[in-house]
Amino acid sequence: MLCILDVEGIDSMTKDQKVVEVKNLQMSYGDNVVLDGVNLAIRKGEILVLLGPNGAGKTTTIEVLEGFRGRSGGSVNVLGVDPDEGNEEWRSRIGVVLQSWRDHAKWNVSTILNHLGKYYLPYSTPERKRPLDSDELLNKVGLSAHANKKVNELSGGQRRRLDVAIGLIGNPEILFLDEPTVGFDPKARREFHEIIHGLADLEETAILLTTHDLDEAERLADRIIILAGGKIVANGSADELARETAGKTEITWTQDGKRQVHAASDATNFIRKLLAQHTSGISQLEIRSASLEDTYMAIVQKHESKQTRKEKK
Amino acid sequence: MNRQLSALRLGLERGFIEFKILMRDPQTLIWMLIIFGIFFTVLWFQRGTELNGVSLALLTLPGLLGMQIASSGFSDVASGLAYDREDGTLFRAKATPRGMSAYFIARVVIIFLTTLVYMIVLLLPSLIIVPGLVQTISLGDAFTMFWLIILGLLATAPFGAIIGSIVKSSGSGWGLTLLPLALLTAISGIFYPITALAGWIQITAQIFPVYWLGLGARSIFSPESAAALELTGSWRTTETILILLAWSIAGLVVVPRVLRKMARRTSGSDMQAARERMLKNGY
Repeated sequence: MLCILDVEGIDSMTKDQKVVEVKNLQMSYGDNVVLDGVNLAIRKGEILVLLGPNGAGKTTTIEVLEGFRGRSGGSVNVLGVDPDEGNEEWRSRIGVVLQSWRDHAKWNVSTILNHLGKYYLPYSTPERKRPLDSDELLNKVGLSAHANKKVNELSGGQRRRLDVAIGLIGNPEILFLDEPTVGFDPKARREFHEIIHGLADLEETAILLTTHDLDEAERLADRIIILAGGKIVANGSADELARETAGKTEITWTQDGKRQVHAASDATNFIRKLLAQHTSGISQLEIRSASLEDTYMAIVQKHESKQTRKEKK
Repeated sequence: MNRQLSALRLGLERGFIEFKILMRDPQTLIWMLIIFGIFFTVLWFQRGTELNGVSLALLTLPGLLGMQIASSGFSDVASGLAYDREDGTLFRAKATPRGMSAYFIARVVIIFLTTLVYMIVLLLPSLIIVPGLVQTISLGDAFTMFWLIILGLLATAPFGAIIGSIVKSSGSGWGLTLLPLALLTAISGIFYPITALAGWIQITAQIFPVYWLGLGARSIFSPESAAALELTGSWRTTETILILLAWSIAGLVVVPRVLRKMARRTSGSDMQAARERMLKNGY
């Protein structure tokens, strides 16, 4: 059985650990229900990845938390404040990596980062220095060599990394990223993952990101939430999710020149029997536990078939 | 307090950076070259023709200055705002502490500085082209012109901002302002004496700021004797100030509401939609 709502997990966090707390979030436009009772919480320094098919409500959820979108119902708390009433001081503690792609096109890379950093200076505290050093940050996202280029001269991946740097310049306590790695090459992607890990570990920045890349989710996430049809359909670490889905392991082997495939829930037992039965003739044995992709497909498909059944009724 | 002051400083900084970028942008320069090239050609051909002993060019030039103020306030503000909304600049400002305040301060700086540049670029060559301008112009004129620019921008920019905040794309923002502006220019006695137009057209023209900006600029740069050519035979300075003020007040009452509504509406998904439309249609 899936942990449909990890309410226990949420409640076990102590209050000052919780950076984000969402209870029964509702969002609808007329008859169109986009979010239906979403509950989630994010701890200090935790990386939470939001997965789900297009139209599942990921961006809407993020925009409600960022304070850019009003909600239809439920309670939302980000850094102790309802985003609907967040003031400029609250805004200064939040980092946002937008899906935008061409603002400030004619500015210099270093000029824009420097300029945007200055907005955070009045909000610097002894515990949290604001803004971060912009040269250091450019170096961290691998854009030092391009500091004097115009923003529109950057490649897609470089532009995205600049967006990430802008999201970080205010040394945020929580960072929201909506599909940050679209258009990254594998190297840029790996570097990006290192930045994100570093942030969560060193600065205790809580991070919420959405992605369609399941490898990325597996690599980054402390916890994964899968949204489908405006509801949370799974919540847990990548391992937990894999274990709690069908829990089947795929076993392939070659027997008398023929390739065989079997899906077993208890792989160890199955292989013990298999090898005991055939003392010879078995080769190229492979055991592959369900990947996050399998889990994801299973969960989303299960949800979608439920949806269609409901619609038929 | 300190934080508000810092927003003001950042707004000014932002305005100067954007202004520098704008003035170095080949697109701006080519656009200025074309428009002002047309203006100077018109002035060149008019310089020999005289009306009441005054060169026609000396009557047209102030009209062009007045029209340019209206165009800066209305068209440039509308397209600038629509563009910043579309490309995410405004959303970025929203995601930054006090970013919106700084953004609007920057916009004011940019419009004021570019209008000033337009005025200077129009006036300098005119000193040579337009007969009689050198003799009539004085430092006091420059001062009066300064106030006309401020009043003219106040009367037109809020309405540019409203157009810029309701249109769907930057392209339509520009088009939507260009048409009314061209119509008003045609009937406001900028290129063609308003006294020669039908009575109802004269009345219509006198409702809008373009006519009064042209008249105000003529009162500054044309010789006293030219006042006889105006509708009532005088410069009507008091009426000019009152009507421009009325438009300013109307704009300043309406515009904060419209802008606040727009700012609340702007969201990431809207920009995503704009992006997808651009990728699909190319505009």
